[in-house]
Amino acid sequence: MRCIISRRNMATTTIIYAALTVGVTGMVAAVILYFVSKVFYVEEDPRIDLVQDCLPNANCGGCGFAGCRAMAEAIVTTNDLNVAYCPGSDLEKIAEIMSLNAVAHEPQVSVVRCNGTCENAPARSFYDSALTCAFANTLFAGEKACPYGCLGCGDCVSACQFDAIKIDPATHLPVVDDGLCVGCKACANACPRNVIEIRDKGKNGRRVFVACHNNEKGAVAKKHCAVACIGCGKCARVCPFEAITIDNSLAYIDYKKCKACRKCVDECPSGAILTANFPPKKAVVVEKEEVVAEA
Amino acid sequence: MENENIIEIEHKLEDSIKFVKGMKRKTFSMGGVHPDGNKFAHSAPVETFPLPDEAVVYMTQHLGSPATPVVKKGDKVKVGQLIGKAESFVCANIHAPVSGVVTKVDTARDITGYHRPAIFIKREGDEWDESIDTSLDIIRDIKLKTKEEIIERIKDRGVVGLGGACFPTHIKYMLKPDQKCDVLIVNAAECEPYISTDNRVIIERCEQCMIGIEIALIASGAPKAIIGIEANKPQAIKMLVETAKRYPNIEVQPLNIKYPQGAEKQLIKAITGRSVPNGGLPIAVGCIVNNITTMYAIYLAVQKNKPIVQTYTTVSGRSLPEEQCKNYRLRIGTPILDVLNSVGIPDDTGKIISGGPMMGKAISNLEAYTAKGMSSLLFMNDEESARKEAQPCLRCGKCVSVCPMGLEPYMLHTFTDLKRWDDAESYGIMNCIECGSCSFICPSNRPILDMIRVGKAKVGGIIRARAVKQ
Repeated sequence: MRCIISRRNMATTTIIYAALTVGVTGMVAAVILYFVSKVFYVEEDPRIDLVQDCLPNANCGGCGFAGCRAMAEAIVTTNDLNVAYCPGSDLEKIAEIMSLNAVAHEPQVSVVRCNGTCENAPARSFYDSALTCAFANTLFAGEKACPYGCLGCGDCVSACQFDAIKIDPATHLPVVDDGLCVGCKACANACPRNVIEIRDKGKNGRRVFVACHNNEKGAVAKKHCAVACIGCGKCARVCPFEAITIDNSLAYIDYKKCKACRKCVDECPSGAILTANFPPKKAVVVEKEEVVAEA
Repeated sequence: MENENIIEIEHKLEDSIKFVKGMKRKTFSMGGVHPDGNKFAHSAPVETFPLPDEAVVYMTQHLGSPATPVVKKGDKVKVGQLIGKAESFVCANIHAPVSGVVTKVDTARDITGYHRPAIFIKREGDEWDESIDTSLDIIRDIKLKTKEEIIERIKDRGVVGLGGACFPTHIKYMLKPDQKCDVLIVNAAECEPYISTDNRVIIERCEQCMIGIEIALIASGAPKAIIGIEANKPQAIKMLVETAKRYPNIEVQPLNIKYPQGAEKQLIKAITGRSVPNGGLPIAVGCIVNNITTMYAIYLAVQKNKPIVQTYTTVSGRSLPEEQCKNYRLRIGTPILDVLNSVGIPDDTGKIISGGPMMGKAISNLEAYTAKGMSSLLFMNDEESARKEAQPCLRCGKCVSVCPMGLEPYMLHTFTDLKRWDDAESYGIMNCIECGSCSFICPSNRPILDMIRVGKAKVGGIIRARAVKQ
């Protein structure tokens, strides 16, 4: 019986000693740390944290800095809002924090300039190697045989930090979700063929664009894709705002000049010009008249 | 010229095998795999393919920048006339493969489906340039005496390495003052399965190859040449050994059958035991390596003034009946479909490969044209051509054990997957010779080489950008 008690005592004292040792060490360390932190205090602008909170914190690198923190530091240290632009950021709030004037930036969105769906551009070969566009692009012109079009392997999807771009399983083409896309350019940088264009979102997200990126001559381009731009120039002739240029057998609509009248859409013989976010047909007529009247 | 009578002095196969068995063989030490040889076309004599009605000649038939076209629409050209001029350092001249009228100077899609600058020639007859000797006589006295003259001629005649990479040959011989070549290695390993053109060239043009090597010896300044040849070509070995008796500077070295024996660095290791430093060229260890068919091309260029206007191509594959496996001598610019149709495309063909099953490329655009160094067209059957589903990596280490460069392919694959380019670089991704042994051996069917190629392209870009900055 005695034996057990003494053992118990021993156990208690051990715990007490241990707790005391750890506790005292901790307190001594805390005191040292306190003084050290006072002596070696790094003064950091508190605005960096505030600015960082206004950034998306996806660390996509689209702005050219290593991450959102680096961009926030750059803005605060240079005291300049133009040092980098992040379309996903709350620019007005940053301007408020920095007490600077925000330059209005048009909201941007990424647009896939290829409409080579499985039906429009049937596959001529079958690719079953590593599923990355970067590699497929070095190997061959693509399953659809168009050397300019989308390869459909989804490098843009894996580059997007905002979950805004997905490959449509039916068409094998990427689809951009307007609501989620911030126009950070990560997908455009990942695309080895420059199929993706970053452009202004436009009024109500309405936009007209040439969904083709093929520089081949019309007859050649049409061979592998039914909706290829053949560079005929009909759209450029019909455009009242001179927004369309033809270069290297390919039409390009300047989104800054385009007023979204959609005359070119009806004119295009191969259906290469697509529109987005327009209300259904009936409302179209009304808007068209308006535009014409303006012109 | 084209109707050369094939001088069949082939030795009996059994005799040759016995002969080769008695010889000492060498090989490289690290890694390597043993794919089935499948040399179906080994004993098929080279046939001359009919001239095409229209030849399309790419300006990018070699490593480096494209040649600049020097003819225009409507020009009449003769066979062997210069049509594409090399204007940068890593580039090779291109000559008209057929006589006729230039119909277009434009772009044409090559086997990858991409557009390449090309010259379209409509054939009329077969008229050769006057300066070219088209007779079959073997000229033994070397016509050009000095090193400079020979290199200039090789450059002028557009000779490129015909082993597959098509590197302009003259650059290999232009040594810096501090570089010295003490052994010329002639690559006749032909370690890729199916391909048999080197074998046929040796058997049918052995003497010419030897003279070509003698010329290359003058150009390189090396005292001796060693021909490395894998032991699966007994007849060729016996012929080389017997012919080499008359050429004291040339040695024949049989090699064990192992892939990638024909890779430059591995061949040097096998024959001389020297290791080429990382990122270095063979000349760093005093070697120049050239393919045996290139030697024949050098012979033609120097002795006959004949440029490369034709290519030797093996048409073979498992989906093709064995009697249809052939070796062709065809003009550059012949439509690939013509060649394929000449043997007939079997129904079960799933893939057609240009240039060997291990390193070659699947042809995605059949409406392309032959080019320099297109050493084979292989018909793969459906079963062979489909990839098996990739499974997770087992960490079995097989890829490490077969890598002839001593790399860790599974790590390089992972680093590329994770975009850890700095790690990929420190693990030596740039030393990969892309032989494909890792993908071949992987029990999980992982596309290791594919990913390494992605990583290599990316890391190469980073290294170049860094060099520019500095």
